[in-house]
Amino acid sequence: MKENVIITLKDICVAFDGETILNNLNLDIKDGEFVTILGPSGCGKTTTLRIIAGFQEPDSGEVIFDNQVMNGVPAHKRRVNTIFQRYALFPHLNVYENIAFGLRLKKMKEDAIQAKVKEMLALVDLRGFERRSIDSLSGGQQQRVAIARALAVDPEVLLLDEPLGALDLKLRKDMQVELKNIQQRLGITFIYVTHDQEEALSMSDKVIVMDGGEIQHIGTPEDIYNEPANAFVADFIGESNILDGIMLSDCRVRFSGHDFDCVDKGFALNEPVDVVVRPEDVDICAPEDGMLTGVITSVTFKGLHYEIIVDINDFKWMIQTTDYSAEGETIGILIKPDEIHIMKKSKYSGEFGDYSSFSDEMDYISNAELDITDLDDITEVDEDE
Amino acid sequence: MNNRTYNAITAPYGLWMAVFIVAPLAIVAYYALTDAAGHFSLENITQLSLYTDTIFRSVWFGLVATILCLVTAYPLAYIFSKTKASTQTVLVMLIMIPMWMNFILRTYAIMVLFEDTGIINHFLQSIGLSPLHLINTSGAVIFGMVYNYVPFMVLPLYTTMTKLDYKYIEAGRDLGANGFQIFKDVMIPLTKPGIISGVTMVFVPSVSTFYISQKLGGGRYTLIGDVIEMQFQTAYNYHLGASISLLLMVFILVCLAVMNRFGDAEEGMVV
Repeated sequence: MKENVIITLKDICVAFDGETILNNLNLDIKDGEFVTILGPSGCGKTTTLRIIAGFQEPDSGEVIFDNQVMNGVPAHKRRVNTIFQRYALFPHLNVYENIAFGLRLKKMKEDAIQAKVKEMLALVDLRGFERRSIDSLSGGQQQRVAIARALAVDPEVLLLDEPLGALDLKLRKDMQVELKNIQQRLGITFIYVTHDQEEALSMSDKVIVMDGGEIQHIGTPEDIYNEPANAFVADFIGESNILDGIMLSDCRVRFSGHDFDCVDKGFALNEPVDVVVRPEDVDICAPEDGMLTGVITSVTFKGLHYEIIVDINDFKWMIQTTDYSAEGETIGILIKPDEIHIMKKSKYSGEFGDYSSFSDEMDYISNAELDITDLDDITEVDEDE
Repeated sequence: MNNRTYNAITAPYGLWMAVFIVAPLAIVAYYALTDAAGHFSLENITQLSLYTDTIFRSVWFGLVATILCLVTAYPLAYIFSKTKASTQTVLVMLIMIPMWMNFILRTYAIMVLFEDTGIINHFLQSIGLSPLHLINTSGAVIFGMVYNYVPFMVLPLYTTMTKLDYKYIEAGRDLGANGFQIFKDVMIPLTKPGIISGVTMVFVPSVSTFYISQKLGGGRYTLIGDVIEMQFQTAYNYHLGASISLLLMVFILVCLAVMNRFGDAEEGMVV
């Protein structure tokens, strides 16, 4: 990975109908990075991508490519290319002509076009598909054609707007690996938008977590998982138990009525903080040996582990363990100092991290609803242009 | 649905088609291929050569009117499709309302506008300009056609454009296409179904139109539709009238076939 910054977004603000979409966004993207913008629907991630692509102008702020301000430069003059959510392959052209579309606009010679299309089809593993019509392709194949079409014009930066959203789980996993491989082989910058945290963690060099039009955390996948900046990030990336705590001194925190050793420093004396403990970091033991004790209220078998909900001092913890315990049983828990992560209080404090109303189904329902708002967002943008 | 009900439901339509579509066609064909005594004859067909000029003029006028309709309607339909949904309803209504008025009335209205002492010339003179000779020109006839048939072009274009996914245009831009290239390489191909049905719906009635040419062309630009009307209304030569109708029908069928071929051909463009 090279160290020079290729794209900078500076103080970007966007509002639609008085509703803030992006609030003072600042972002540097380095050449050759695989950057993922991660966030729930409506967090402004797609808008950020569209601003880089040139489909949308920010209300204020600067878009800078290679030290050049790009505000006002239309999409077709920017050296970035997009892979659209639902691919947007031209239905009136076959696979060959779709991939050749951008090359023809560059007035390339026919034999050069032919060679390039062939190379691209080989890259995405679709040799021999030249004459197929778009309708005759499966979702995964269309996805590959979309990648080939965008990469054919040699972009410096490839923008990917939830490109795997329409694929089934198995195919999505395969494509994740493949996209990462393509990115590493070509060495170009990928800016990838998704609401799937697992996708973000497994593919990216750098993850940008967004919510409410603001960046919540920028860091490597390990950073954002292990050291989340606030309760939102901790909850959005994986599962978290988030408790109210008080810093007693450096490396000493009190929560749930017990004093724990931890590794975080630099907080004020008796400062209220959010304490994050990942479900997989909690060890179960006999009640008399535990730092805390509680009663198991539910047990779910997840394959790799059991997911148990434990009521400890009226706070419902989620714990992932490979040892079976029965519902109603009283257990003790142990937490090692380096498995406790302390965060400053934020506007998200108290909103997340309690599993008292937890259910997989609820998660699913609220996600689907949000997807609809996401689509509305896109239409609004369309009218704008 | 069982077979019995299916038959019961389709029977009236079958009867309708037999009586009002198949039978009239057969009668036209019969008249076209017989003489006054009812004997088989190709005389009517050979007589068609007398009308070569008229046929050519009809096709030419129809073609010009269709192109003008397309050129006018395409941007209009695009503008319609880009407005708010509620505005779209109003705009489409405005296009349709004139169609609810009688065709003859509309043509008369154009006469009143175009006459040498008509409203337009009256206005021109009142602001100190010299009057224009508008009525009884080929331009007036074509204007009449465009005016009457343009809604048939707007509506199918508008329908395809509202269904056009804006993502395709963005994808084109993304790949480096400028405004004109987007129009040529993305918009036109994706709206082709609308173009083809609009062209069909304007060209067919334009070629076979009558009355417009009589009222706005002052009888100087007889079209094939007028000749057919004449054969039935004044010359009472049903046989010749039928043969011209048959020719027109065949001609239009050929045109449609060619156009549909053209429509399909581009679909799987060759590598």
